[in-house]
Amino acid sequence: MCVKCETFLDGLFEHGLLIDTGIDGLYGRGGTFERVVTGLESLISRYGDEDQAEVVRFPPGMNRKFFEKSGYLKSFPQLAGTIHSFDGNERAHGALLAKLEGGEDWTADQRATDIVLAPAACYPLYPAVAKRGPLPKPGLLFDLQSYCFRREPSKDPARMQMFRMREYVRIGTPEQVTAFRAVWLERGREFVNDLALPFDVDVANDPFFGRAGRIMASSQRDQGLKFELLVPIESVEKPTACLSFNYHQDHFGTTWGINTQSGDVAHTACVGFGLERLTLALFKHHGFDTAQWPAPVRQALWP
Amino acid sequence: MIEAIRKLVDEHGRMPVPAASLKPDQDLYAAGLTSFATVQLMLAIEEHFDIEFPERMLNRRSFASLSAIAACFNEIEPARLAS
Repeated sequence: MCVKCETFLDGLFEHGLLIDTGIDGLYGRGGTFERVVTGLESLISRYGDEDQAEVVRFPPGMNRKFFEKSGYLKSFPQLAGTIHSFDGNERAHGALLAKLEGGEDWTADQRATDIVLAPAACYPLYPAVAKRGPLPKPGLLFDLQSYCFRREPSKDPARMQMFRMREYVRIGTPEQVTAFRAVWLERGREFVNDLALPFDVDVANDPFFGRAGRIMASSQRDQGLKFELLVPIESVEKPTACLSFNYHQDHFGTTWGINTQSGDVAHTACVGFGLERLTLALFKHHGFDTAQWPAPVRQALWP
Repeated sequence: MIEAIRKLVDEHGRMPVPAASLKPDQDLYAAGLTSFATVQLMLAIEEHFDIEFPERMLNRRSFASLSAIAACFNEIEPARLAS
């Protein structure tokens, strides 16, 4: 393989799969990398298509008011990204340019806009669903994909700051929603077997912030609300979550006032696919040259 | 002790039932205590009694009942007096 490459990330740069931008966790993607992402998306669709999910695509920015109401800042203030912009007059513009010229910090005068970066593909969905009124009797199922942002700079290519998440989101009664998650826990295993990747499925918790977050994390684990499908990428001891299966109970239903037809608060669950992580796992385990990947894997990605 | 905790549960637990109706060993989660409310309750208890829950107690089980919370408090207090 690559003799000069010190790390997996170096190898990815060297082979033109990722493009260095000077910022850890923020990369360009080469054509071959994207071809794998596209293949993965098609394979995911082949598993999910029979459920006839409603396809929705949001941009990677979301309404700041919705974001505030979502409770994200209670749990993950350290990961959030907000969009700021210049809204001054010509004098302020002059001051900005002077600071820029002098190498001073010019960003303090930027103003927060009404847009924040989406932390997960499903965050913009719930308020849109709430506007529709009570759920139909069979509940709802959505197919989402979006670039997401999480502020966690790292040299580990599997921990990007901007990455794509494909999601199926189920909204309905507790029974409908837990059945959905059970089905995807099975499908997820089959899906990763198609890719010939080693994996484990384990109970997990989100990286809740601070001491209060300890309780949230312990609560999530004790109740088995989150499972992850883990594949070793940068380390065998700490494998990377490539799929996650989350049961939110009535958290989003209560927050957004989403009700079932019988008037009960709706429950929600989602299965999320980390598209970059899965792609990286494939390059890690099958090598940098996709032509050399096992035939069944190539067949699964590009039938 | 239990009564003081009961009052804080009423004020911060956002429970669908009055805390007066809860038996000391009754499961607070089954009675409607949510994870978010547990966090609020934890912060309120710390402020009220001027204590700090150690990391090992920051879990769901510590807040599972009025008596479980009281047991945590009893464990913290001697440690604080000794220090």
